[in-house]
Amino acid sequence: MAIVVKRPKLTFGEKIYLSSIAKGMMITIGHFWRALFGKGTVTMQYPEEKWDENLPEYYRGAPALVTDEQDRERCVACQLCEFICPPRAITITPEEIPSDDQWAKVEKRPQKFEIDMARCIYCGFCQEVCPEQAIFLRKDYAITGVSRDEMVHDKKKLYEIGGVREGLVNKWNKLK
Amino acid sequence: MSDDKQQGVPMVNVQIDGEWHQFPKGTRMIEACRQVQVEVPHYCYHPKLSSPGNCRMCLVEMGMPPRLAPGEEPVKDKDGHQKIGWMPRPVIACANAVAENMGIRTDSELTKACREGVMEFLLVNHPLDCPICDQAGECSLQEYSAEHGKGDSRFRDEKNKKPKNVEIGPRIRLDDERCIMCSRCIRFCAETVDDPVLGFTDRGSHTVLAVHPNQQLANDYSMNTVDICPVGALTSNDFRFQMRTWFMKETSSICTSCGRGCNTTIGSREGTVFRQTPRDNNEVNSAWMCDHGRMNYHYLNSEARLTDPMIRKNGEEAHQVVPWSKAIRFAADELLKFNASEVAVIASGRMTNEELFMTRRLIAELSVEHVDIVLRRGKADDYLVAADKNPNTAGAKLVLGLKKPGGELAAIQKGIESGEIKALVVLQENLIDDTDFTTELLGKLDFLLTTYPLANPTADDSHVVLPGAAFAEKDGTMINVTGRLQRLNKAHQGPGQTMEVWEICRDLILAIDGGNGIYGVDDVFKEMAGQIKAFAGLTLSKVGDQGLPLLKTKLTVPMLEREKERIAKGEIVG
Ligand code: SF4
Ligand code: SF4
Ligand code: SF4
Ligand code: SF4
Ligand code: FES
Repeated sequence: MAIVVKRPKLTFGEKIYLSSIAKGMMITIGHFWRALFGKGTVTMQYPEEKWDENLPEYYRGAPALVTDEQDRERCVACQLCEFICPPRAITITPEEIPSDDQWAKVEKRPQKFEIDMARCIYCGFCQEVCPEQAIFLRKDYAITGVSRDEMVHDKKKLYEIGGVREGLVNKWNKLK
Repeated sequence: MSDDKQQGVPMVNVQIDGEWHQFPKGTRMIEACRQVQVEVPHYCYHPKLSSPGNCRMCLVEMGMPPRLAPGEEPVKDKDGHQKIGWMPRPVIACANAVAENMGIRTDSELTKACREGVMEFLLVNHPLDCPICDQAGECSLQEYSAEHGKGDSRFRDEKNKKPKNVEIGPRIRLDDERCIMCSRCIRFCAETVDDPVLGFTDRGSHTVLAVHPNQQLANDYSMNTVDICPVGALTSNDFRFQMRTWFMKETSSICTSCGRGCNTTIGSREGTVFRQTPRDNNEVNSAWMCDHGRMNYHYLNSEARLTDPMIRKNGEEAHQVVPWSKAIRFAADELLKFNASEVAVIASGRMTNEELFMTRRLIAELSVEHVDIVLRRGKADDYLVAADKNPNTAGAKLVLGLKKPGGELAAIQKGIESGEIKALVVLQENLIDDTDFTTELLGKLDFLLTTYPLANPTADDSHVVLPGAAFAEKDGTMINVTGRLQRLNKAHQGPGQTMEVWEICRDLILAIDGGNGIYGVDDVFKEMAGQIKAFAGLTLSKVGDQGLPLLKTKLTVPMLEREKERIAKGEIVG
């Protein structure tokens, strides 16, 4: 069924845009004025100056994989994050955990786990969808590289950024 | 699935969720509901297996007209229906048949409470394995718990532990914690493939599925248990952890590993095939396929795939990769150097009718007389596997007009030996490995052209090597051993520059003699239908997903015959 979207009727003043331009100019001039005579400059000299200590708790930086207290990789390669990721930045190749491994009972882990940071939009969906609490957005934001390949974070790099995360739900630690 | 109106079977009036319908007497309640698009959730019921009624998921509320006192006349409303007296307890819909003036409620409070209860019990001990479970995404337990579950667990105790990750056969892995005791796998093995190796042991919530001592689930149909297992208790070693189900594109096709042509669904993602599963067709494979055919797709993803056209001019050692236009031009020019009697064509019973038809046009174009295919005979079994290992021998016979397929090969060999045959076109065959042609013999030729999906010794000896698409990479039709015309659908484009053989032949004809009016595979079929009587009046879309009977044969499918007997006896629905 078609949905009819009502478009607002513009008045003559709105149609010629002049008033909007004037409004915008007022804001710009206001900032300019305050910078000159008010509180002074608010620009930070990045990268010499950084705001890192002030990043809020909920800041969404680079996604990364975490291990648990026992150094177990939490990711089980369920590929839900690969599915949910809007720009398709994640590529996972799963593998079976060999039977002589300490964590053989978990059965599955990622053989390869790659996040293309040239694609990632820092939306945090991967963290939200992960059933194993294995992927988190960390506070790293200055992700740079001189080639596309360098912008792809592999498994090693992802664990490096992610580190250990304690106190999460741990269903695999129960005897099984 | 029983037909709506079987001949001679009386119809009964049944009320489903308030609406009256008519069904043939004897229809199972669950099938009656299915026919009018009312889904009854179920685990243990499978139309091709007996119905033990042990999962209780299909419980529905049922009612019948009140019993009459002696001499009492039934009271009917203006539509001729009696009042329904609803029973205070639910019944299973899978094993009970409909009756005159029966009422079924699938949306009542009682039905809903039953489903919720069954789901709660099933989930009491079910592990939280979905993230590592191959069934996730196509799991009845997941689906029904979302649809009919409570959404919450009241169970606060430890879940019980059962064996996990057990090899119960060369191709099957069992996880007992995930098993919901529906017994479908047990019944399939015992009833359909006569290999009763599975059973339950222990009691109550400690019941586990197990293979009998010193036995294995190893029959050639074992992987069908993975398909019918409604949960992830049985998983296939071949598909294990390869790809999550929701990423795969599903393409309806047929298996090309023998002449049966079992209907399949190809699961692929971004040009890689991950699995083949059987698709229902009551005229071909019921709901099953053999393990050999199912797993015969790995070569599609192999490193040895030919990806580019290559030519080797006389005197040169190595092949060089060239664009298609150049390869086709070269091949056409070379072929034109020979007299018609100096050229032979060996096509393949693995090609589609469309590919064979374009081969036929190429043969006509060059007036070639020596034409044949390579035969593949093997063993049939008493179920589905056919002795003919070519999927389309009947098509090759019909389209190429071969009197005795395989009968000309010896003459071609002799002709090469004596120098009468100087050029050979080999389509989708590897002569050196699959026949008694030798490198020495092929070395006598002035010109050899091969199309094939994989690198192979015959291609090594060829002057022109063209990458020909394999079964998952082409559209077309084949005729199976019982004469049924069936469709293949393209799951994805073959790797690199791969082309379908009908396209290759089209381009060769084009290079030899200018236009030919063929653009798509539909055009090929249309022209074929115009020229070959058996195809008259047909189009690709008329063939459809279930195929059509095309040629008359007296052959039957052993597995289907037994299922028909069981349907007649009322053991299974079919
Ligand atoms: S943050 Fe968003 S875009 Fe980045 S990897 Fe996760 S899901 Fe993908
Ligand atoms: S990070 Fe989480 S969501 Fe992504 S594959 Fe691993 S377990 Fe699944
Ligand atoms: S069987 Fe179904 S519900 Fe159970 S773990 Fe597997 S996907 Fe999940
Ligand atoms: S293994 Fe699967 S098919 Fe067999 S009884 Fe258990 S749930 Fe049913
Ligand atoms: S489907 Fe009816 S009892 Fe299982």
